[in-house]
Amino acid sequence: MSASAEHVLDLGDLGFEQGAHLLVQRALRDLPPGAELAVAGLDPALVVHLEAWCRSQGHRTQRADENDDGVKAWVTRGRTDLDRWALAERAGGPGPDGVVARPQLNWGLAARGALVEPGGPEIAADLAERELVWAELAPSLYAHAASAQWDPAKAVRWDAEVRLAPEIEQAIVQIMTFLVENEQAALVVPARLLARIHPHFREVLQLLAVQAADEARHVEIFTRRALLTGGEMGTSSVSGRESLATLLTEPDFSLASFLLSVLGEGSFLNLLTFIDRNAPDPVTRQVARLARQDEARHVAFGVAHLQHQGKVDPSLLGRLRGAVEQRHQTLISSAGLNQDVFDALVVLAAGEWTPEGIRRGYAAVQELQVEMDEGRQHRLVRLGFPGDEAAELSALHTRNFM
Amino acid sequence: MALLMGAVAYDPKVVTIWGGFRSWFNEHGFPFDFVLYSNYERQAEDLASGRIDAAWNSPLSWIRSRRLAEANGRRLTPLVMRDTDRDLTSVVVVRADSPYKDLADLKGETIAVGAIDSPQATLLPCSFLAERGLRPGVDITVRRFDVGVGLHGDHIGGERDAARALAAGTVAAACMIDSNHLLFGREGTLAAGSTRVLAQTPRFDHCNMSVSDTVSAEVMRRFGDLLLSMSYVDPQIRPLFDLEGLTSWQSGRTSGYGALEAAVDETSFYSREGAVTAAGYQP
Repeated sequence: MSASAEHVLDLGDLGFEQGAHLLVQRALRDLPPGAELAVAGLDPALVVHLEAWCRSQGHRTQRADENDDGVKAWVTRGRTDLDRWALAERAGGPGPDGVVARPQLNWGLAARGALVEPGGPEIAADLAERELVWAELAPSLYAHAASAQWDPAKAVRWDAEVRLAPEIEQAIVQIMTFLVENEQAALVVPARLLARIHPHFREVLQLLAVQAADEARHVEIFTRRALLTGGEMGTSSVSGRESLATLLTEPDFSLASFLLSVLGEGSFLNLLTFIDRNAPDPVTRQVARLARQDEARHVAFGVAHLQHQGKVDPSLLGRLRGAVEQRHQTLISSAGLNQDVFDALVVLAAGEWTPEGIRRGYAAVQELQVEMDEGRQHRLVRLGFPGDEAAELSALHTRNFM
Repeated sequence: MALLMGAVAYDPKVVTIWGGFRSWFNEHGFPFDFVLYSNYERQAEDLASGRIDAAWNSPLSWIRSRRLAEANGRRLTPLVMRDTDRDLTSVVVVRADSPYKDLADLKGETIAVGAIDSPQATLLPCSFLAERGLRPGVDITVRRFDVGVGLHGDHIGGERDAARALAAGTVAAACMIDSNHLLFGREGTLAAGSTRVLAQTPRFDHCNMSVSDTVSAEVMRRFGDLLLSMSYVDPQIRPLFDLEGLTSWQSGRTSGYGALEAAVDETSFYSREGAVTAAGYQP
């Protein structure tokens, strides 16, 4: 200990009650443990407070003699701050290229790329491997999803004139009621998955959060359209709810994504196109079109994720097939689609209450089912299924569309 | 048999701290358990009578435990202490704009202290003042702030109330541990720069891990070695150290307890045999 300590810090009249510790901390930061720092200053309580602060931080102090060139005490640098971060690691990198294959569970909610102090509680995320949830498309899909958000109150011209025959209006109410039921399932599934995914896969979380928000808006606009002319909501059948309930119970991220996005929401795209094409009023057309834009993105993510996963998991196609077959078995004794909904689609496409109209409407719904089947087969082929197998699996899909 | 340690539950975090240490000891092959006390006096009695093997003791409780143990023919060892328990001081603080220049100026005035059993905010500063000619009750009036009595000053409430009385101008000076003077300034209990340190006590030591001769020398050595091996680098240990306010365990020593021993005798706080003799002390 000597008056000729190499490093001298003059605090002026700044006291520890005013932040002097920051200057001491900064001066010590670049010194090795064991090095000495001479501290000078004019605050009357400087030595009392410097000693108390250093003790709490693991530094040692020695008081100087009176009038020792203004130096009040020498601090011997400790190593507590270094020890705290000795085993720290970066939680990957901030960008999508910084995603690691298996983020530590004790990184918890730390920002990707943050320097993480070791230890701490582990986050309860069972989907904690890159290959289980990732898709290269996720960052750009999220960016698109965020920019494509719309306001339900303003995006639809709710004041447009809607004057339909009561039976036609009733058919639309029934279809809207069915859509709400499906959208609620489509909201709950990503929300549940969201809570299970490691936050390190930030873009997937963001995407699923926006997806859930999309569905929340769809629930709103379909409900609003159903009630637009002052009536009541339509019916909800046991078989419709049975079909949707099977989506909620699938714990595997890829399988849930497959059943919901690729098969369900994929078929839904055709349904929304059908409504847009056949609806007799502008409000119904508009809500179907708005929802379809969002659903197309959800389907894109599902397909992209499964394409990515198919490259790293040769067993994927077998598991997907098993999931379809299992769902089919579960629903084999179920009617699937609410008969009221099927009839309503026919009436919607008929547009009038005549034998000719009904014949036309019925044919249109049959065509819709063909389109749905073709769409599913197309997406299944994109995932790697041979054509005949894709046709077979598509045929096993629920009669409920979702 | 597990080594059984007593700790005083002066704060709910005590459960986290010693529960965490217990896990660590047991994972390191050293059977360890603890019991919690609501105050130091019963813990001191249980340690001295061999009902527990060790105690995380305040300095005052160390003194009483040792006196009781010796009266019982037992021997206690101050095995380890926190690095932050060595070389503490207490301060006598006045308002910055007050006329007091040195301790003698406080003659005839009222001075705020902590709880009756606080070593740092009551016993040590009162003894220090008496030695410098300011005998409590004779030369000065002492206003005590009895918060958390029985916790030997581990509860900060008494010191904070004493500081508040100083800020409010109802006392001429207040006594507190140096680190709390800094804390009160930073948290705003005492506005920054509004007080002056009129005097500072000589250095003293605080808590220690007192171990009884109920355990063998080998067990005591192993217990001490394990404590000293705990590292701030260890992610399991670091949060516990942060909560308990240390950065490393150091060997125990008794050299820093002389002033408190003297204060205890001057005020007849405990008898030589460790009986509680302080007037008005009810944990």
